[in-house]
Order: sequence, then C-alpha cells, then structure tokens
Amino acid sequence: MQAVKYARAESVEDAVRLLQEGGDGARPLAGGTDVIVQARERTRDIDLFVDIKHIPEVVDIQHGADGSLTIGAATPCYQIYGDDTIAERFPILVDSCSLIGGTAIQGRASLGGNLCNSSPAADGIPSLIVLEAQVEIAGPNGRRTVAVEDFCTSPGRNVLGSGEFVVSLSFPAPAEGSGARFLRFIPRNEMDIAVTNAATQLRLNGDGSVAWARVAIGAVAPTPLLVSEAAEALVGQPLSEDSIAAAAAASRAAASPIDDMRGSIRQRVHLAGVLTERTIRQAAERAA
Amino acid sequence: MATEHIVVNCTINGESQTFLANERDSLLEALRDRIGLTGAKEGCNNGNCGACCVNMDGRIVNSCLVMAAECEGAEIRTVEGLAMGDQLTPLQNAFLEQAALQCGICTPGFLVAAESLLEQNPDPSEHEIRYWLAGNLCRCTGYDKIIKAVQQAAGQSVV
Repeated sequence: MQAVKYARAESVEDAVRLLQEGGDGARPLAGGTDVIVQARERTRDIDLFVDIKHIPEVVDIQHGADGSLTIGAATPCYQIYGDDTIAERFPILVDSCSLIGGTAIQGRASLGGNLCNSSPAADGIPSLIVLEAQVEIAGPNGRRTVAVEDFCTSPGRNVLGSGEFVVSLSFPAPAEGSGARFLRFIPRNEMDIAVTNAATQLRLNGDGSVAWARVAIGAVAPTPLLVSEAAEALVGQPLSEDSIAAAAAASRAAASPIDDMRGSIRQRVHLAGVLTERTIRQAAERAA
Repeated sequence: MATEHIVVNCTINGESQTFLANERDSLLEALRDRIGLTGAKEGCNNGNCGACCVNMDGRIVNSCLVMAAECEGAEIRTVEGLAMGDQLTPLQNAFLEQAALQCGICTPGFLVAAESLLEQNPDPSEHEIRYWLAGNLCRCTGYDKIIKAVQQAAGQSVV
C-alpha cells in the first residue's frame, strides 16, 4: 500500500474541505472495494482517503411521501437490497445490488462508489440510468445535480471536479404500470465482471401499449449507454415480437465494444441485443 | 516519509481492544501483524478470494478491503471468536465430519461467512448457500464438501 492517510469527515462541508486540501491525491472512501485496491495496486495515485460514511446524508435511505427515493452515495448494497420498500418499488436496484461482487463485497460496496468508479462494466449504472437517477454532488462551489447518464465520461473518469464528491442518488417515484429489470451476462453464476449488461424500465398503458421506456446497456462502450433508439422502438404500440426485435437491433447498433479476455466484439454486440430483449420482457412482467 | 501511527479502539471477539497501526494498514494487516490474530488469511489481497473474511458490525467483509483506521468503534468478529475454548461450533464440527477442508487456507473465511449465513438464514437452500459463499474461493476445489458441512450445521440431512 502506498503511504495513504485517512481522515474521517463529519459533515458534507468537512468532506469537501478535506478533499480540496488533499488535492489530486485525495479520494472519498465509501465501501473501499475499488479504491483501496487501486491505492494498493497503485493504479490510481492516492495519498488521502476521506471517509464519508459518518455523514448521515451519505449513508441513508429516504423514501419520499410521493414514492420517490433518495439513497446516500455510500449506503452499502446489502442495506439497499434489504430494504423492503426498495424491493417492492424499485426491484431493479435489488437486481443490481445483489450482483455487485459477493456477499462480503456487498457488505461494503455502494451504488455511489460503483458510479464514481465509472467502469464501463459497472453493474449499478444501467439500472440508475433507466430509473432516471439524479446525482447530487457537493463541492467547493456548493451543490449541483447531474443526470446519471451524463456522469461518466470515459473508463474510470467522470464529471467530478476537484473537491467534489457524490452525496446521494435520487429517483423519481415509479409511475403506475411501470416495471424495470437489470440483467448481466457472465460465464459463471456470480462474482464476475459483466461481459455485457443491460437494463430496461418501461410503463404500460391500460391497453397494454408502451407509454414510456428507457433502455441502457453496459460493457459495450467507454461508458454505460442510454439507448434512446431502443426506447423509441417500443413506445406508442403494444409490445410485440417486432417492436422488441427493433429495440434489440437498436442496442446492437449502439454498442461499440472492445475485444478483451472477457468477450469478443461480436459476442458483446450479440449480448447487447439478447439482454435488451430479455430485460424488456421481464420489465413488462414486473409492470403487469 | 515518516510512518504515522494511529490508535484504534474497537471490539474484537467480544473484548475491547486498543491497538496501534500504520495509517496505511488494512484491517487484515492490523489483525495479523498488530494484534496477533492470524486466523484471517491473506489470499489475493484485492477482494476476490474471501480468505480474509471477518464479521464487522454484523456483516461479513473482506478485511483486506477495510482500512484499520475505519474500525474505530467497530465490532469485529474473526474465526478465533467462533469456538468457546475447546468447544467447537456445530459448523466447525460439521467441517471436520464432512472433511470440508484440505489445505485449510480458505477455511477461516468460509467459516466466518457460513456462520454469518446461518445467523441470518438458519435453513438455507443449497442455492442460497452457494450464492452466499460465492465470494469465498477454495483452490483445493472442495466446494461440495463445504456445502454439505453447512447443510449439516443447519440440521439438514446430508447425503
């Protein structure tokens, strides 16, 4: 481990000050499941951890009276999938949080950390995108909010500036008749990095036609992708083999993956279509 | 660069502990090198293998992915805290009876993880056991025996 120091932030303002004073080598510490490894293996130059887990707002789950949801950025995965109201209203977050690492990782890892690690293959981010999550960021100039699909900029990079960190993620209430699903393809059953992943949220009208949809795919581009064309292929008509195939084709067209040890370009493009199709069908089952 | 020592106060296996650590130490390094509890093992040191698994505030964690400094006020349980003297837990006995270990390096992590599973889910299905233990790797590939040991400890019939 490089000579990394540790500071515990007691408030959002305290964290911003510590991060700002620490400069480029300072990183927020939530569950640490990525950032501690990066410090140890020196894949990032880190000399100060600012522990943000003692700030109540950052480790909290708040359900709004209107059905909206705010999750503190450092709230560990097990608390998210263990929350009965989240399981009932936002089951796609259970899909994601129960697939990030194994049990011991889920005891610490957070959705905010998954987002800020900004991996193209992150298993949390497609779900955040289709849920229209808003990212609450605190920094030296106060607070700002960014739509989650605009957060990641390239592998391992995002819009956070000097002294900034993610405080929480906010989700609008799911509309009546909506359902969402996240799926990941890996060669084993658990504990692996996605070859490709995908998420869909859609809302069905009373007559069964699709009123609204959002589709996102991961591990097929430098950042997780919102695929507007896939959603457009679904909206305004009943779900059919044709419309689902058109949405899957839109995801394949949007995918621009790399070849690596986990999968080939051809396999990943194919999977983007397959997982788009399956998440559409299963989101529709949840909407019904 | 001068090494900064920090003082950490926590509870380990039910006893209050105060220890000195390097600011850069992981909980695993603190347990093994500062406190002398060498049950938790260093395997991969990056969160993949589960050999360093301990219970922290009621949840299992990879102690290689926890900074010692984070443990101020925490309640830590390690494999050393399972048995009461010579009195093994039912899970530990089941590991012996089912021969659920070969080289033994992964065993402390499996025991801590499986004890935590049985605390939360006293009658887990085989699927639930395998899923819960997916973050614990055994190089000797004795998974079936480990699963059977957990089933035996849960009072299930084991074929």
